[in-house]
Amino acid sequence: MKKVLLVAALLAGISAAHAEDTLKKIKDSGTITMGVRESSGLSYTIGDGKYVGYHIDICERVVADLRKQLGGKIDIKYQPVTSANRIPLTVNGTVDLECGSTTNNVARQKDVAFAVTTYVEEVRIAVKANSGISSINQLNGKTVATTTGTTSVQTLRKHERATGVDFKEVFGKDHADSFLLLDSGRADAFVMDGSILAKNIATSKNPADFKIVGEVLSVEPIAIMIRKDDAGFKTAVDNSIKAMMKSGELAKIYDKWFMQPIPPTHTKIGLPLSAATKDAWANPNDKPMEDYAKK
Amino acid sequence: MSWDWQFYCNDTATGEAVAGCFGPGGKEQTYLQWMLNAWGWTLYVSVLALLLALVVGSLVGIARTAPNKWLARFGEAWTELFRNIPLLVQVFLWYHVLPAFIPVLKTVPSSVLVVLALGFFTSARIGEQVKAGIRTLPTGQRYAGLAMGMTLPQTYRFVLLPMAFRIVIPPLTSESMNIVKNSAVAFAVSIPELAQFAQQASEETSHFEEIFIPVTLLYFVSAFAVNRVAKFVEARVRIPGQSGGK
Repeated sequence: MKKVLLVAALLAGISAAHAEDTLKKIKDSGTITMGVRESSGLSYTIGDGKYVGYHIDICERVVADLRKQLGGKIDIKYQPVTSANRIPLTVNGTVDLECGSTTNNVARQKDVAFAVTTYVEEVRIAVKANSGISSINQLNGKTVATTTGTTSVQTLRKHERATGVDFKEVFGKDHADSFLLLDSGRADAFVMDGSILAKNIATSKNPADFKIVGEVLSVEPIAIMIRKDDAGFKTAVDNSIKAMMKSGELAKIYDKWFMQPIPPTHTKIGLPLSAATKDAWANPNDKPMEDYAKK
Repeated sequence: MSWDWQFYCNDTATGEAVAGCFGPGGKEQTYLQWMLNAWGWTLYVSVLALLLALVVGSLVGIARTAPNKWLARFGEAWTELFRNIPLLVQVFLWYHVLPAFIPVLKTVPSSVLVVLALGFFTSARIGEQVKAGIRTLPTGQRYAGLAMGMTLPQTYRFVLLPMAFRIVIPPLTSESMNIVKNSAVAFAVSIPELAQFAQQASEETSHFEEIFIPVTLLYFVSAFAVNRVAKFVEARVRIPGQSGGK
């Protein structure tokens, strides 16, 4: 009987943890867990357990605003996540604020919620500069790399079907791995978010060897991910980000990470603010990717 | 929570339901077909790696018990090399590092490289077990064989190995089951096997439970099938009165 009660209590505890609102959890524990990426365009590590990037800067400012709102101190814990485990870790409460580079789409909105879009990504093709490839149609019979657990895999499949271009796909386990496939010649092209391509090229041994070419394969709103059905926390995060959009602080952060030399190699990504991102800042929203495709 | 298994019949590109749950094949496939293909890759990598591991592992195990000093040292070196490097690192070495030194490897499909990596890794472990099996036998058996006028290879073939292999069937069984489970590392070098399917498909559909439960079962079924085959072999080759016999 005792065992039954214990199990019941455990189950109750688990479901209670899910229902608990994040603001209260942060206030009570004095910590917030930020989901960060090892090698992604908006969030990456520079070693020694330090994580930096456009989205990390935004998240740290959001946490600063949360400190003001909740009073008291909030420590930030950095939890590395991958494209494959970020959603389960957010849902199960391990991560409170996922600051990687996650596409907001309808399928994911069933499990998680997104703050207002902070960056609009364009999926592009990276190739070796001397390959002569300049469009997706030239990839017929070629090998194309992309990363497991990303939306680009599906984008690629859709394009393949729509255009009748037939290519062999290889899947890197993360972006650095996919880029290595391109670098080592195992793949002729790497299809991924433009910022991730630009970042991997900028930090490669010879950035001049690579270039980003071709049409925009898909437009994806990238946002900070949070747990679903937690209106209080979403409002707090959204308001903080909206204030940054209005004050021009977000534009400064963008400039810092995309136009200026960044660690660890002090190279420039050089990706000017796109019209789509500018539009998302002017009209803050958390519309999923599917709404962008309709336009 | 609510279950939704409908998506298994959806096309992987358009996301639309396909009548009969099976598309025309090739790249026009449903999630169900994708999962079965992925299972096929898991079995393909596992079975080939297992065959390689059994052959190489037996040779290494024999070499380690051979009276020839150099042969024994080679076996020793082989075992220590392949069992002291993590499997995932070995897979990357085969895929990314060795091709830089041996350009021919660049043209070798990644599935072959994974089979080599997984096979050699397991061969070190199997070699260790075969060696242990041979060492278990009283040294008198080896001398008896030689005293009967058999050559050393004949002593191995007709006296030592038939006994040693029967003794090591149980540890070899778990090694063979391990290879099925270890084959999941193949996803790291772009083999579209079950672990890769699980990661990618759950990302696309957001049906994590509905994807990981069948994938778990498929791994279990595959490993358990290996177990049953090995038990069958064990029962068939058993010699009454000998160790392991009844």
